[in-house]
Amino acid sequence: MVYVADIVVTLKKSILDPQGDAVRSALTSMGYTGVQDVRIGKRIEVRLEAANEAECRQAVDEMCSRLLANTVVEVYDFSIREAPRG
Amino acid sequence: MKFGIVVFPGSNCDRDVQTAARASGYEADFIWHTDTSVDGFDCLVLPGGFSYGDYLRTAAIARFSPVMESVARYAASGRPVIGICNGFQVLLEAGLLPGAMLRNTSCKFVCRPQRVRVEAESVRTPFTLQFRQGRVITLPIAHGEGNYYADGEILAQMEMDGQVVFRYCDESGEPTPESNPNGSLDNIAGICNKAGNVLGMMPHPERAAEGILGGADGRLLFDSVAQWAQGGGRIG
Repeated sequence: MVYVADIVVTLKKSILDPQGDAVRSALTSMGYTGVQDVRIGKRIEVRLEAANEAECRQAVDEMCSRLLANTVVEVYDFSIREAPRG
Repeated sequence: MKFGIVVFPGSNCDRDVQTAARASGYEADFIWHTDTSVDGFDCLVLPGGFSYGDYLRTAAIARFSPVMESVARYAASGRPVIGICNGFQVLLEAGLLPGAMLRNTSCKFVCRPQRVRVEAESVRTPFTLQFRQGRVITLPIAHGEGNYYADGEILAQMEMDGQVVFRYCDESGEPTPESNPNGSLDNIAGICNKAGNVLGMMPHPERAAEGILGGADGRLLFDSVAQWAQGGGRIG
C-alpha cells in the first residue's frame, strides 16, 4: 500500500520564534490587530510504501525523530492517508 | 602535526583551514565525506560552510555522512575534534555536543569581527592551551543560525562542568546582551564535551590566523593543538 504522510515540524512552544515575531508584527501593522501570536514551521510531505498503516506510522515517526525534526528544539506531528490511485 | 579537514558537499571554509594550518607550519589534508578512514591525523576539523545546502536544517543531513561514524569513534578515543561554525552545527546534530542551534534572534546573517572571552572556568582543552584564561580575543563570525540553545538543566550542568569555552563579550570582557550577536543563551560562542577533546565554536579562528588578515588570535588555537599532540596528548 502507498501512503502519504503529512508532517508538520515547529519550534517548541518554549522557544522564541523570531521569524514568527517578525510576521506577527507585520500583520499587526497591516491592521490585523487581533493577531496574538505567529509560529512558523515546516510542512513535509512523504510518499512511502508500507505493508499497513501501523507500519507506515512507525516508519514516519522514526524518520521524524531521527532526521526531519531536531527534538532538542522542535516538535513534530503528522497524519497519514492512503495515496490516491493513479 | 597533521590536521584532517572533513569536506562535505557545501563546505566552504575547508581551504581556509588548510591555509591557516599550513601558514602556522603544520600539515593539513582533506577527508571527503564519503571516506570512512580518519587514520593518520592528530586532529579532525569540521569546517564552516553550508553542508548539503543546509537543506531541512543546518547540518541535519551532513551528520549522516559516512565519515561521521569514524569521527564519532575518533572523538570517543579522546583525540581532538573541532567543529567551526557549520562544523559546530554538525557536532550538535550528531549528538557529539549537547544543545542545538536556532536562527539568530535578529533574523539577520551576521558577518563581522567579534570579541570573545576565553573562559577561565572552562575545562582545559587541547585547543586552548596557549590562550591565557580570561583573555579577550577577536575572531570573525559569519552565520545566520548561531543562536545556541540547550535545555535549562543541561545548560546549568554544562556551566557547572566548565563546558563553556568561549563567550561573546564587550571590549572589557563582559558578556553583555549588547555584545551577543545572535541571541545565544549565556552569550555562548563555543562549548566542549565533558572530556574537553571535542570543541564546537561559531567564530572562525582560521580567518584570523595571520596578521595580513587583520588579526592572528586564531593562530593560537592551531598552535595549541600542535602543542597538545607534541606533548603526547597531555593537557596541562
